[in-house]
Amino acid sequence: MSDSQQAPSLYAAREPVFPKRVYGRFRNLKWLIMAVTLGIYYLTPWIRWDRGAELPDQAVLIDLASRRFYFFWIEIWPYEFYFVGGLLIMAGLGLFLFTSALGRVWCGYTCPQTVWVDLFILVERWIEGDRNARLRLHRQKKIDFRKLRLRLTKWLVWLLISVATGGAWVFYFTDAPKLAVDLFTFNANVVAYTTILVMTAMTFIFGGFMREQVCNYMCPWPRIQAAMMDTDTLTVAYRHWRGEPRGKAKKGVVAEGQGDCIDCMACVNVCPAGIDIREGQQMECITCALCIDACDEIMDKIGKPRGLIGYMALKDETSETSGIAPVSPWKHIFRLRTMIYTGLWSLIGVGLMFMLFIRSDIDISVSPVRSPVYITMSDGSIRNAYDIRLRNKHGEAHSFAMVARSDVPMQLEVEGEDYGTVTVPADELRTIRVYLTVPDASSAANSKVTDVRIWITDEANGDRAHADTVFNGRD
Amino acid sequence: MAAKKPNEKPDYGTTGHSWDGIEELNTPMPRWWLWTLYLCIIWGIGYVIAYPAWPMINGATPGLLGYSTRGEVAAEIARFDEANAPMEELLVATPLNEVEQLPELNGFAKNAGQAVYNTWCVQCHQSGGAGAQGYPVLVDNDWLWGGSIDEIYTTVNHGIRTEDDADARYSQMPAFGEFMSEEEIASLVSHVQIIAGQDGNAELAEAGAALFYDNCASCHGDEGKGDRFQGAPDLTDRIWLFGGDTAALTETITNARFGVMPSWSARGMSEADIRAVSLYVHQLGGGE
Ligand code: SF4
Ligand code: SF4
Repeated sequence: MSDSQQAPSLYAAREPVFPKRVYGRFRNLKWLIMAVTLGIYYLTPWIRWDRGAELPDQAVLIDLASRRFYFFWIEIWPYEFYFVGGLLIMAGLGLFLFTSALGRVWCGYTCPQTVWVDLFILVERWIEGDRNARLRLHRQKKIDFRKLRLRLTKWLVWLLISVATGGAWVFYFTDAPKLAVDLFTFNANVVAYTTILVMTAMTFIFGGFMREQVCNYMCPWPRIQAAMMDTDTLTVAYRHWRGEPRGKAKKGVVAEGQGDCIDCMACVNVCPAGIDIREGQQMECITCALCIDACDEIMDKIGKPRGLIGYMALKDETSETSGIAPVSPWKHIFRLRTMIYTGLWSLIGVGLMFMLFIRSDIDISVSPVRSPVYITMSDGSIRNAYDIRLRNKHGEAHSFAMVARSDVPMQLEVEGEDYGTVTVPADELRTIRVYLTVPDASSAANSKVTDVRIWITDEANGDRAHADTVFNGRD
Repeated sequence: MAAKKPNEKPDYGTTGHSWDGIEELNTPMPRWWLWTLYLCIIWGIGYVIAYPAWPMINGATPGLLGYSTRGEVAAEIARFDEANAPMEELLVATPLNEVEQLPELNGFAKNAGQAVYNTWCVQCHQSGGAGAQGYPVLVDNDWLWGGSIDEIYTTVNHGIRTEDDADARYSQMPAFGEFMSEEEIASLVSHVQIIAGQDGNAELAEAGAALFYDNCASCHGDEGKGDRFQGAPDLTDRIWLFGGDTAALTETITNARFGVMPSWSARGMSEADIRAVSLYVHQLGGGE
């Protein structure tokens, strides 16, 4: 660094970005994905699913108060949290797979940040006009009535979208129709209002003002993604050997000795990240593919083949430069790395499915009471106490008959019940105290431990479940 | 050519650090980030003013809001007390033998009782009522003064052989060592062992039977079955508070025992707590 060079500023203001409207295949695909993802997000809480009278009828519900997660026909109890853990791992591996195959597709197409920013830009364009109009409005220093009106309308619409977004979030946690009424009549819990407020503020700020800065400075995913990508990964790239040297076309004709890029800036103008893809791979590029559409449109106009900007594996760069045709994208996609990711992903998926199918509707677990380990009764018989947890996942109360099976006969009593029958309310876990007693002379009374298996039989349908434990004698 | 080539150095240059051909760019920080830092500093200053912050000799500066963690705990306790008050009132108003029919009250009493037990009773009677030598087991079916809920309540309320409470349960076994010979005591021990179903010296026991009838039967009963009214233990069962072998029985008869339990009402335990812990003990497995 020479002294004559001016000291660079340590801090830089954001360069505002004014993405231009673009038409094309990827834009259409992105509209579709936006509609589907937003639809799923806003509508899911309103889907009903009948689970019987005593259980909530919301198809997807995270019931924090009674600690249940409902997903259509699946109900997850806290002790089954490994299902959720497994799903999260699958989501992670799925991201690895897609990133190694197609680069930042998550960022470009489905990340909420991208989807909502896209929606906000759409609103912005409707209200303030396309790129040039917005630029003009931005540069206009004087705040006149028109600028004020446009800005306020835009912010208002953004705010409405944000409120809807924050509002939809809380519907996943309680009965949506009831909460909706409560929210509007100001009867809902403060937690609900606070959550909506926070989510609204985040949507408004992230979608309206932070935009690409969330990706550049806040999100860890772009940094992690680099580890999943290699030269086989298909990503959005500019074919500089085809485009350079660039130069303006005269009357729609590209001059001799010039590349295909006519430096029309179309790709730069549509970029929501505000970058120039022709400078090469950049951290800011979310591979939204909009520059592909923009460039293709130009290529069609000047009668050149499409694909000056397109999906490309960086491995092909050298071969393409020397004029060799690129290998099929499938060859890039099916490689060891993606297959390992797919394998791991399916392994966990199959495991979870298997667990889901062998899961039973009733369950018993036994923990022997350790203080005291055994009790001597006045006639010398020996008693052990157990805390038994019975789980009834049915939508109605069920009764269970309980017996103890062991090599030696044992007498079973349930605290507070006259017979060995226990009723467990719908969708509940009930803990009961159970006593096993053997007479003074029994071998179980006089040996250190005896194995016991406790069986429950559902009186409604004959389903059985068991748990193993031990009976402690007086050594 | 105006456009930069791929990966050309940006306008803001590098820091000059370079290692293995990799150079560190001098990318400026976003300005909003700077503002965030300033906001955090302002917040920090406000926090120091509003909340306890600077350590002084006798504690910290109090802060304008007057917040303290102790105050928070006190408020929390007050909140719990207030929330529990209706249940405690109901517990005091409900006859003890009817509590079990009211699931909500019963659950409350059991939990409250467990907390009281684990605070005040567990030192002697051990966790879960396991008992220890000299401190009765509370989970078996043997009771000195009675195992019904009302009897347990009376015991907890007034205690046993305590001077603090005129209504305490009271009885006293004489120390027979003061007026019996060692042989007489040995014969009594044998007799007790035989009626308890243990191996004992049958010859000695014969003499012991007569002694037992004269000296012990008034409290322990002719057959040694005990008398709950006087807190006299059943000598024929398998449960011994101070041990049932020859040495322990000899010691008991020679010097007598004098187990004491505090009167919890005299110690200031609330009526609701006494009821709760009585219900808890009753439900430990031995209640009658
Ligand atoms: S960088 Fe992060 S926030 Fe931005 S699109 Fe990708 S995942 Fe979403
Ligand atoms: S460079 Fe192209 S693909 Fe990357 S963010 Fe910009 S428009 Fe999207």
